[in-house]
Amino acid sequence: MTLVRTRIKTRANSRSTTRISSREDRIVNGIVYVACALVAVVCVFPLLFVVAASITPYGEVLRNGGYIVIPRAITFDAYRELLADPAIPRALSVTAFITVVGTALNMLLTTLMAYPLSRRDLPGRSAVLLIALFTTVFGAGMIPTYLIVKATGLLDTVWAMIVPGAVSVFNVLIMKTFFEGIPDELVDAARIDGAGELRILVQVILPLSVPVMLTLGLFYGVSHWNEFFQAILYVRDPDLQPLQVVVRNLLARSQATENADAVLPLVTVQMAAVVVAAIPMIAVYPFVQKHFQKGVLLGSVKG
Amino acid sequence: MVPTVTRARRYWALYLMLLPAMAYLAVYKYAPMYGIIVAFKDYSLGEGIVASPWIHPWYGHFSELFGSPYFGQLLRNTFLLSIYKIVWGTTLPLVLALILNECRLTWMRRWVQTLSYMPHFLSWVIIFGITGAFLSESSGLVNRWLEQLTGHSVGFLTSTDWFRSVLVGTEVWKDMGWGAIIYLAAMVGIDPSRYEVARVDGASRLRQIWHITLPGIRNVIILLLVLRLGHVLEAGFEQVYIFYNLQVYPVADILDTWVFRTGLENLNFSLAAAAGLFKSIIGLVLILAANRIAKRWDGQLW
Repeated sequence: MTLVRTRIKTRANSRSTTRISSREDRIVNGIVYVACALVAVVCVFPLLFVVAASITPYGEVLRNGGYIVIPRAITFDAYRELLADPAIPRALSVTAFITVVGTALNMLLTTLMAYPLSRRDLPGRSAVLLIALFTTVFGAGMIPTYLIVKATGLLDTVWAMIVPGAVSVFNVLIMKTFFEGIPDELVDAARIDGAGELRILVQVILPLSVPVMLTLGLFYGVSHWNEFFQAILYVRDPDLQPLQVVVRNLLARSQATENADAVLPLVTVQMAAVVVAAIPMIAVYPFVQKHFQKGVLLGSVKG
Repeated sequence: MVPTVTRARRYWALYLMLLPAMAYLAVYKYAPMYGIIVAFKDYSLGEGIVASPWIHPWYGHFSELFGSPYFGQLLRNTFLLSIYKIVWGTTLPLVLALILNECRLTWMRRWVQTLSYMPHFLSWVIIFGITGAFLSESSGLVNRWLEQLTGHSVGFLTSTDWFRSVLVGTEVWKDMGWGAIIYLAAMVGIDPSRYEVARVDGASRLRQIWHITLPGIRNVIILLLVLRLGHVLEAGFEQVYIFYNLQVYPVADILDTWVFRTGLENLNFSLAAAAGLFKSIIGLVLILAANRIAKRWDGQLW
């Protein structure tokens, strides 16, 4: 009896820090803390360094023989120069458009597809699921897809970066799984009260689905903000290029082709472009990361 | 028993909801499957998919593809890059998850976790920019250090010796924390009393990791590994396309980048479509096989 009690007691304490630690425990803890700190530095330092490089004045770069982590002086000239080039504001507006409109369309279609599929009583449900799932294991490939995008008249329009990826079947499955977790009684009660399907979806299901909506909305939003693949495939018009493509072209430009009387080294401007392309993600991230984690688990464990 | 038709009529609103997404799938997923026939034609932009003439023999583009000496190199690059990414992309997130699982300071664990999966949300373009800041031969921080130490700089981004390591390294940096989440979730699910019993028996922390934590998540590890093997022909088009340059084609060019260049830059649509079809079919077989194997570890995808 006493043995059992001690076991329960230690078990309660075993995962906390208050436990008296042995020599071996202290060594392991030490290694773990050092490793944790190392991981944190490896993840954060590159970003800090890029920010530092983007705000370092030219004089400082010359004096130090390159960029250093904490610049002794700060200038925002690189950002001014970057935004003075009409290509960047234009690309920002293209990216903002595809992010907002694209995400809205994604969420609309995903919800409309996930809700019927979450209803176990829907005749033909498994056939629809099968049709959707098949597209996740077999794709026609880059060229036939390009030809269809061309045939539907999307080439060289912003819609080429929105419509061909309007629904992600994986996200539909995540949302469907979430909907299936909502008790049927709620849906039945609403139906008895005379609510139609659309009303049930909007007034019963959606208010209970905030976590999954946030997660998927952010997944879609991030992928639109980072849009690159569809842009290089389907958009040739330089005025329609999204931010990531414009930044990639800027990064690929070498010092050799640089304008001789530029006030700043090209690299500084390039680093500013990297920061501009990353800022929304970094700014939004702290507020949403806990939802992301939940979303990943939903998708990978139960999905 | 209500006849199926009347039963289905009751659900008209639900079918209506399904319509937009199904139309999307039909046009942008299934119609391209029909478009695969360009792999068996001599596609010309002017005539379109239907009017372009069939090629004789029907496997002409495939024999051209398989007969090309470049094909072996493409396949080799695709496999090697994938395998390296699978090896490092499995072990390092696992190690990170073990570290976080052993971390007794809750605030530290939470911070490190949050910071470590942030890079996942950065685009490859941003990561390419960051990589340049460190590894570029003319201005990179690492090369400045190397020059001070050894007097030589290394063309990490332009040398065939280093390029694959750069690709694998940046991918691990991007997705290590993200990959650790699922292992960590599995570790949290292990019954704490098993650790307790081990401790009573005098097992050290390392032995607990070895005999309880790792076996406890063995199924998850194997499952993820098998599923990744199903995608072995996808070595990461976007990353490679953004990072690579002419000097490193011999080690970096993968099936997808080659299809892109052949089809959309050199306008050899039919040959590129044939290569894409080859990749899709092998991919389908691998994924179905992977799922079959994964079923044994009670965690199939569907």
